[in-house]
Amino acid sequence: MAKIKRICTFLLRLIAFGTTLAAAIVMATSHETTSLFAVSFEAKYTYTPAFKYFVIANAIASVYGFLVLFLPSDSLLWRLVVAMDAVLAMLLTSSISAALAIAQVGKKGNSHAGWLPICGQVSKYCNQVTGALAAGFVGIITYAILLLYAVHTVLNPLLVQKT
Amino acid sequence: MALQNGEKCEVGSSSSGLIRVVLLLRVVAFFATAAATIVMALNKQTKTFVVATIGSNPISATLTAKFQHTPAFVFFVVANGMASIHNLLMIIADVFAPNFDYKGLRLAIIAILDMMTVALISGGVNAAVFMAELGKNGNSHARWNKICDKFGSFCDRGGGAIIASFVGLLFMLLITALSIIKLLKPKSHHNCSSLVP
Repeated sequence: MAKIKRICTFLLRLIAFGTTLAAAIVMATSHETTSLFAVSFEAKYTYTPAFKYFVIANAIASVYGFLVLFLPSDSLLWRLVVAMDAVLAMLLTSSISAALAIAQVGKKGNSHAGWLPICGQVSKYCNQVTGALAAGFVGIITYAILLLYAVHTVLNPLLVQKT
Repeated sequence: MALQNGEKCEVGSSSSGLIRVVLLLRVVAFFATAAATIVMALNKQTKTFVVATIGSNPISATLTAKFQHTPAFVFFVVANGMASIHNLLMIIADVFAPNFDYKGLRLAIIAILDMMTVALISGGVNAAVFMAELGKNGNSHARWNKICDKFGSFCDRGGGAIIASFVGLLFMLLITALSIIKLLKPKSHHNCSSLVP
């Protein structure tokens, strides 16, 4: 039973590491330049603060996920891992929500503010950003599952006093 | 569950102090999120611009900035509204039915609901903050003009609502941490009160 738990946790952490790394890399390599009537139109992730925040948050989460994969299973650091899981889940939630808000404006525009959608001109960039956001969503769901799992396995036997 | 003779009976002074602290934090968080909801929901500014002049007659257009125009602000209002309703229900449950329990799961349900509310507020406030930054600075690469120089008080009120929501998020984080602590160390002074003469 303990072995199945260990394999499950390892697998979940591997998935979390993989998806956050994929989200960060796909967003960071999204770059497209098109020219429209001799006016060049360039789209990069650094031009939008929300996408920069998304890349940074996912990079931090993937580095943390990589380090935690190598933690021995009976070390005392697992309680710190529970707290860091919670902090990183919150960070990832906020980053994906912000990136999604800006990406929605890029796709549909905002007619009341006079902002035209840009996905018509730089559709490859838009598709890559969509892919990165989808990977980010899978990452955040995995982190949420990991958080609940960690609270159940690590904290439960340590501190619960059943009356 | 009856206590054995030799068992120590915790007089729950520390746990009732914890309950009062959580209640106070919930009241502050409720006011913060309710203020954020109301300020953003009533956020509207109408301004008349002169767009052209024909001869000596100026042609003016009236433009309105409303929170419904931006999906991120709509999500912000909905998320903060749900968070303040959650806090209100928890306050009512704590004040009027502090001992009501459902198969011993009350503390677990409260902790899980608190975590979900934190995630909800965090998503809402971050989407709104980046949209507000876009409105304040524009984005020259995408040729999106900034709107805060024309609709100053719309931006100011939106900024105030976002700050209130951040304060509410901070307090909700503290409440979630305390709820998890309460979950893992359940109070036992209710069993003692029947023994103390």
